[in-house]
Amino acid sequence: MLSKRIIPCLDVREGKTTKGIKFKNNVDIGDPVEMARFYYEQGADELVFYDITASSDKRDIMIDVVRRTAENIFIPFSVGGGIRTVEDMRRVLLAGAEKVSVNSAAVKNKQIIADGAIAFGSQCIVLGMDVKKVDVSEKIPSGYEIVINGGRTYMGIDALWWAREAERLGAGEICLNSIDADGTKEGYEMTLTRMITDAVNIPVIASGGAGTPEHIRAVLAEARADAGLIASMTHFGTYTVKEIKEYIHKHGTRMRMLW
Amino acid sequence: MIAIIDYKAGNLTSVERAVRHLGYSVQVTDDPELIRNADRIIFPGVGAAGQAMKDLKAYSLDVLLKEAFAKKKPVLGICLGTQIIFDSSEEDNNTECLGLIPGTVKKFPSPLFEGAERLKIPHMGWNRVQFKGNHPVFANLNPEHEFYFVHSYYPQVKDGHEELVAGTTQYGITFASAVARYNLVAVQFHPEKSGSGGLTILDNFCKWSPSC
Repeated sequence: MLSKRIIPCLDVREGKTTKGIKFKNNVDIGDPVEMARFYYEQGADELVFYDITASSDKRDIMIDVVRRTAENIFIPFSVGGGIRTVEDMRRVLLAGAEKVSVNSAAVKNKQIIADGAIAFGSQCIVLGMDVKKVDVSEKIPSGYEIVINGGRTYMGIDALWWAREAERLGAGEICLNSIDADGTKEGYEMTLTRMITDAVNIPVIASGGAGTPEHIRAVLAEARADAGLIASMTHFGTYTVKEIKEYIHKHGTRMRMLW
Repeated sequence: MIAIIDYKAGNLTSVERAVRHLGYSVQVTDDPELIRNADRIIFPGVGAAGQAMKDLKAYSLDVLLKEAFAKKKPVLGICLGTQIIFDSSEEDNNTECLGLIPGTVKKFPSPLFEGAERLKIPHMGWNRVQFKGNHPVFANLNPEHEFYFVHSYYPQVKDGHEELVAGTTQYGITFASAVARYNLVAVQFHPEKSGSGGLTILDNFCKWSPSC
């Protein structure tokens, strides 16, 4: 049986870590390589870097961050943000990332999921989904819609359909982010998460809304997510990864407790 | 020098980085001379068995690997590298493999259950290994150490050769996640991605003098 995973997410802009609240008011909180090392030593099971660098000519900075991270931590980590082509994937994977995640690029051109899976294997390809709750309609029968641009642009795509389609195309994992819950610290979107974990047979990482260890335990044990993404609750020292894992493990969900 | 065999099967740099981090001299190579002169050999790999065997043969690396094994050089297989040291793999229509360990590589049955829970395939994430015996490469580990796995096929040692199983893992079924034979050890998980427990295994391997 696998242990459930705790995955800190580091938003990186031009080589510096930031944490945006609802994607606004980003503030710098440190060097990503140092933070990666810190989380590795605290028992993080995996890490996610999300590159929010705006201009594409500064993307090489991220490749350098990936390379330096890979020299310092020995757990899997993935990189998302700005990945638009198989060549982008290749650069990140060769720099030392275990996985790449595609989000809006896959919404615009879903073939990139299949192309990436063929080139590198499904286990390397994570589909990032940004989702908002909407009224149930003929077009959006699940009541959850895919959005891009930090939630500003509605794509008219049903989230449940998209998760299944991504699995069919060869995605190896889904990172499911609720824009409604993101930054609230009031807990993950449990209904959405359970709906997606029931629908697909690939791992699902729940994202958006974690504020307490109990929120994470609930999404893993009750909404059956395979992993919980965390950010602000550990970035600012409110909790340590170790404290979170101890709480969840004590309450009956297996965690990796030795690292 | 430790040679990591390069047969274009996936990204080998993470193994190289981990071994270098431990302070050993290491090189990713397909050069027969370097491989012949290496003190020990790591044989990793990510991908499918059929293509891997084709590529190995195209570079004549299959011969070099068998030669290294016969010459008692320490060899470490990782993930796909482990699978293709068996006799054959069900992957890609029964691929004939290197035959250094008697047994076959099988696809996880589907659906796969543990209790009432349906398990996902590939087996991807952190799981435990129950090590058997006291092989030096698996020394100084705690039963609570977990290791990072990513695979859809699993190795099965041939009946009557159970002594070659150095560790088992439970995922719906119980499979051999570590095997050892003479100067060869092989693991299904990724020690280079498995935190301190994985680094311990790599370090043990780099210091190991097989007594055979």
